[in-house]
Amino acid sequence: MKKILLLSSFMAILWVAMSFSVCKTSKEKLMIDVYNFVGDDMLRLDTVTYKNELGQSFTVTNFKYYISNITLKNTNGKEYKTNTYFLVDEADAASKELTLNDIPDGTYSSVEFTLGIDSLHNCNGAQTGVLDPVNGMFWAWNSGYVFLKLEGKSPASLSPGHIFEYHIGGYKSPNNCIRKINLTFDHSFAVNENEPNIWVLRADVSEILKTPETIDFSKLSSVTDFHHATEIADNYKDMFDITHVGYKK
Amino acid sequence: MWVIKNKFVFIFSILAVTLFVFNSFVDDNPYFKITAKDVELKIPQGFPKPFYTFKNNKLSADVFMLGRKLFYDPLLSGDSTISCASCHQRIAAFGHIDHALSHGINGLIGKRNVSGLENLIWKDTYMWDGGVNNLEVQPINPITNPVEMNETLEHDVYKLKHNKQYVMLFNKAYHDTIINSERMLKALTQFTGLMISANSRYDKYMAGKDTFSNAEKNGLVIFRMKCANCHKEPLFTDNTYRNNGIKPDTALRDLGRAAITGTDRDVNTFKVPGLRNIERTYPYMHDGRFRNLKQVMDHYANPEDYDTGADLSLHKIGKLSEKEKSEVIAFLKTLTDTEFLYDKRFMDPDMRQ
Ligand code: HEC
Ligand code: HEC
Repeated sequence: MKKILLLSSFMAILWVAMSFSVCKTSKEKLMIDVYNFVGDDMLRLDTVTYKNELGQSFTVTNFKYYISNITLKNTNGKEYKTNTYFLVDEADAASKELTLNDIPDGTYSSVEFTLGIDSLHNCNGAQTGVLDPVNGMFWAWNSGYVFLKLEGKSPASLSPGHIFEYHIGGYKSPNNCIRKINLTFDHSFAVNENEPNIWVLRADVSEILKTPETIDFSKLSSVTDFHHATEIADNYKDMFDITHVGYKK
Repeated sequence: MWVIKNKFVFIFSILAVTLFVFNSFVDDNPYFKITAKDVELKIPQGFPKPFYTFKNNKLSADVFMLGRKLFYDPLLSGDSTISCASCHQRIAAFGHIDHALSHGINGLIGKRNVSGLENLIWKDTYMWDGGVNNLEVQPINPITNPVEMNETLEHDVYKLKHNKQYVMLFNKAYHDTIINSERMLKALTQFTGLMISANSRYDKYMAGKDTFSNAEKNGLVIFRMKCANCHKEPLFTDNTYRNNGIKPDTALRDLGRAAITGTDRDVNTFKVPGLRNIERTYPYMHDGRFRNLKQVMDHYANPEDYDTGADLSLHKIGKLSEKEKSEVIAFLKTLTDTEFLYDKRFMDPDMRQ
């Protein structure tokens, strides 16, 4: 009898302990809202004219890029890696809302992600979803994904129709255009079950056209293979920042 | 009354029989029937581990049959005139008989000679320049190339979704109603990936099951000394990119491997092709410049005429006598694999060819 009592109280303690640990590891949904800008202005396709560093005016007709493998770092330096692939398309509102599921509760201080697609997934053969080649972000002749597409028009461009087009991809050195982006928050930020969490990620098109390499539309209006690709990749490396970490009911 | 009834029965049974025969012809002609045994991956004796393993593309008879149907179907091209098989003809070991440069839609001419298709899963890359990194994504090239099939992948998927026969075939293959580019490409890959040629007279000779003539034996000895460095047995390629001494064609301005890597030292290098069934895949080289094996041998045996960037190992070849050249050719012809060329699994089940 005593033994049974002992055993059952032990079981009870175990059960309580287990339910606590379940609470501790609870997971949240995290949203990252992407806003594309040109300098201080929100990007508007086709209709609004912007100016580059050299004062050449331009419009943007198409802007798409891959964000993948988002990793969160908490204040203890612990990393939480996700196996995620997003294709942000300025023309598609739904594509600008990135959802991460199952983010463990905690206080996070920075985020890291890849602009582009890791080499493994460049070699994985036929894939579906955002990695489906029908999305027009895959090169067949030199297989691999186009990581970023920026297309538009500028009177300065000498290409037919005064267009410019930068299709940047390539996962092998020396033409590797995969860029790791690391953003640290001003204030560390808690993820918990009370409120669904929203971050705002800002991408600035004008950064693709400058630092370190100032792009002159009259000299470089078309990049569609490895020629000049890494120059643009080094430019887009710093096109992101996190402007706002907020909560939404 | 009985007569009329009988007539009905008679007409009805005739109808039923024709329908049955027709159906079985279209669908399940026993000659073209594929079973699970037909799609087992058997690695031939002495072959290395393949690069493509079907790991994410589980082999099945129904997926293979879907791939076969797609391979022979001009539906995949922009104006429904060109199928994969238009350029890749079975009798030519899936190369294009007697065409130096590929012929596509509206008679447009491409910039390269059609490769034969065989032992593809042992290649780490595809195309003469090695630009394609996975067999599954290779078909996107001919499909979307304006001078080949001139179609979009997206529109192909649309056409398949709106075609009753394909809706049925995809359903049979994947047991649900999803039709997408991934499945289309993977089905094609099952079909092309199983094109394995390893039953030539050379293979039988190596296994001690056949004999060689003296000329063939001498040819093999010369080949091993002078050619096998690049055309490595048993696949007859070492999967590297080399300049084999042919001078660049100034009209085509094909940079070869350099178009992919952007590296100067890769200019005018091309993937070393496997030589199995070489007798059938004439003309030769990436631009189809040589019409027969005699011309190929004349090139290799004439070092004075090599391109300046020729691979250094070519100089081992030196001068070859006419006798030696013909012996090498005799040996190369032992690489013809008639079991592969007449394998019914790879024939057009609708016999359109
Ligand atoms: C218009 C002619 C044409 C059509 C149609 C065509 N191909 Fe090809 N194929 C070629 C040529 C030419 C090459 C070599 C191209 C190169 O190296 O640049 C090739 C190469 C290949 C290779 C690579 C072989 C190797 O060893 O590297 C595969 C696999 C292949 N084709 C499969 C297909 C499939 C599947 C289809 C149908 C979806 C198809 N082809 C349709 C002309 C064609
Ligand atoms: C340095 C490496 C190398 C050596 C040695 C070499 N080859 Fe080649 N071979 C190649 C390459 C590379 C190609 C493709 C070249 C091209 O199309 O530009 C080729 C093409 C061929 C082709 C045409 C294949 C086709 O599908 O069109 C034949 C046949 C051939 N070689 C036979 C031989 C023979 C026989 C020898 C020995 C006498 C030999 N090769 C020695 C590298 C080599």
